[in-house]
Amino acid sequence: MWQYIIRRIIYAIPVLLGVNILTFLLFFVVNTPDDVARMQLGAKHVTQRMIDDWKTMHGYDLPLFYNAEQHSITKTIFWQKSVNLFVFDFGISDGGRDIKQAIKERYGPSLAIAIPALIIGLLVNVTVAMLLAFFKGTYLDSWGVILCVMLMSISVLFYIVGGQYLFARVLKWVPISGYADGWSSFKFVLLPIAVSVVGGIGAGVRWYRSFFVEEMNKDYVRTAKAKGLSDTTILFKHVLRNAMIPILTGIVVVLPLLFMGSLLLESFFAVPGLGSYTIDAIRNQDFAIVRAMVYLGSVLYILGLLLTDISYVMVDPRIKLQ
Amino acid sequence: MPIILWTDALIYLLLAILIWLIITTARKDFMRAQWRKAYGSPIKMIALVILIFYTIIGVVDSLHYIPKLGTNSEGKPIYAAKINSVLDWLLKPNSEQLETSYSPPFATELFNKEMIKEESGQISWTAVRLKYVTEAKILPLLIKGVTYGLIAWLIVFTIAWLIFVKWLKFSFPRGSPWRVATYTLLAICILSAVCVILAQHYHILGTDKIGTDIFYASIKSIRTGLVIGTLTTFITLPFAILLGAMAGYYRGWIDDIVQYIYTTLSSVPAVLLIAAAVLTMDAALQRHETWFNLMAQRADIRLLLLCCILGLTSWTSLCRFVRGETLKLRELAFVQASRALGLDSMQIIIKHILPNLLHIILISIVLDFSGLVLAEAVLSYVGVGVDPSMYSWGNMINSARMELGREPIIWWTLTGAFVLMFTLVLAANIFADGVRDAFDPRMN
Repeated sequence: MWQYIIRRIIYAIPVLLGVNILTFLLFFVVNTPDDVARMQLGAKHVTQRMIDDWKTMHGYDLPLFYNAEQHSITKTIFWQKSVNLFVFDFGISDGGRDIKQAIKERYGPSLAIAIPALIIGLLVNVTVAMLLAFFKGTYLDSWGVILCVMLMSISVLFYIVGGQYLFARVLKWVPISGYADGWSSFKFVLLPIAVSVVGGIGAGVRWYRSFFVEEMNKDYVRTAKAKGLSDTTILFKHVLRNAMIPILTGIVVVLPLLFMGSLLLESFFAVPGLGSYTIDAIRNQDFAIVRAMVYLGSVLYILGLLLTDISYVMVDPRIKLQ
Repeated sequence: MPIILWTDALIYLLLAILIWLIITTARKDFMRAQWRKAYGSPIKMIALVILIFYTIIGVVDSLHYIPKLGTNSEGKPIYAAKINSVLDWLLKPNSEQLETSYSPPFATELFNKEMIKEESGQISWTAVRLKYVTEAKILPLLIKGVTYGLIAWLIVFTIAWLIFVKWLKFSFPRGSPWRVATYTLLAICILSAVCVILAQHYHILGTDKIGTDIFYASIKSIRTGLVIGTLTTFITLPFAILLGAMAGYYRGWIDDIVQYIYTTLSSVPAVLLIAAAVLTMDAALQRHETWFNLMAQRADIRLLLLCCILGLTSWTSLCRFVRGETLKLRELAFVQASRALGLDSMQIIIKHILPNLLHIILISIVLDFSGLVLAEAVLSYVGVGVDPSMYSWGNMINSARMELGREPIIWWTLTGAFVLMFTLVLAANIFADGVRDAFDPRMN
């Protein structure tokens, strides 16, 4: 087991290096640091001197790959800006703030929305999916599936806008947007969580329903029925447990990514999390932050894949890692 | 003067391939039987007809020309600095920007009163009449619309009947979904005729902040949605199939490299990768302003590049499927037999393996479509979507969401985008389910 985990971590290194090179190519080769500087300073009335100053200030005044003057590869943009990401040294943003500090401050609000949304969404989806699968072949099931397809055809933007309009403006149950520290944040996170759950119902229920239906068609269910077990006992004791395996292992892969927050929800509801941090960076064309987030995101995704493999072993003793 | 934009050319190509596919599959009985399953129920048939209707609008909107303004003193024509499409011409009065601000659907006056300085120097708030609205009676227009719709339906019906029944020798037994198709067609014809007739006299969905007709804007957005939904997959399809098939067939170091590429690409969160790529693309385009004569050409290139970028993140899953399937196929007897007979590897891949991958490719194309249309809206909100000057549902939602904070509320700007987008995505989802049920062997 440990051997497997260590090997997987070693395998992750070339992938992360690839991500690094990819972002490096995107940000420094397609666009030279001069372009970045010009964009940050505004397109008009920029002198070469201003560009050079900006580059020196943000550490972009080095050669790309090899510093011929000092005969070193560490005094280059690639080393300073990309390789340093490996040790989670994100440096300063193009706006001049420390990125690591910002991440530390902002992951709390992100998790405050992402974790409850995931748990409630999972409970709701599994319950509804089980209900539909239990009544398979009836009108409840077929209309339920049609409703799911309709729900999934609505853009998440409409859920957000509609939710804000209905619950915050017409009914005035919750504030439209904003955030507060500690427990007083409860009323602020309520609506984003609800929107996230409702927005995920369509796709989630349909997907989980297929797991339940697949499980119900298996032989052991027929045997259980032949033994005289009631439908509800079969459903809760046998089918639910087996169908939860793909559902839970499917969830594990996104667990680390919860840390990154949701771009749309946080930005619409003005939550100071990592999602809105990223979106602001994209809008302000702050390449340093986007680069850090790309790297962080891929590390978390690879971590998620590793956790998925481990969780397979934990829930299904037939699987052996090698 | 006709002009062909890059995305236009690709759309024509795609359309040609589609028509060729339809004709070749229509000749093969077993293919027809499979497709019949894909549109076999009334609801799937309705979805298919709606999709075809959207496609026609998209294609009509892809026939572009530069309007002529007149002739100069030497008799040479002067062209406008914008690009119109045949659809603009069909929806003529709507495509011209006449109003200045918000107005609700069927309104005769602007939503906000404007400050007007009278000659005596007094300032007064008065309601401004809309320049466009003719205040014609609605009922006669409705009747006119329904009549035109019926006529249009008759024409389309006759043509379709001539093509399918007379030429291609289709047979339609009683109770077949084709009956539903004709009803759907009738409904679409009447609805669109009524809308177009009414839209010549009123803003049927109101106008937005800068006075653009919402009905017009949402219709124009159809093309953008379709382009993103189809071209993205279309552009990356050759790479995904070829790399996947080669990785699965040759294994060894080729497999390692292909796997490494798609693991790396898919390990970056999709939105971030797209954002990063679009940001760099923007900067690159900014440096080369002089490449494009017209703004529409620039917007078009941006759209095409956006498709490529979206494709960069979405091809990995198809590639993975293709590789897995090829791994299975290469061990089968017929592939081994052709190897024993001395066919070289590339021939085996193209002649024997690719045809057996078609169902995976087809399913992945239709399944990706709706997701990509929805993604466009989100990306435009994030600020890395299509060009702001281009009509798209994402841009419409983006510009409308701020207005929900107003009192009284401006709701109509979102309605147009919502209705058209929802219809398209729903139809695509239902159709995709039909295709998957028909072609996925696991579903049978």
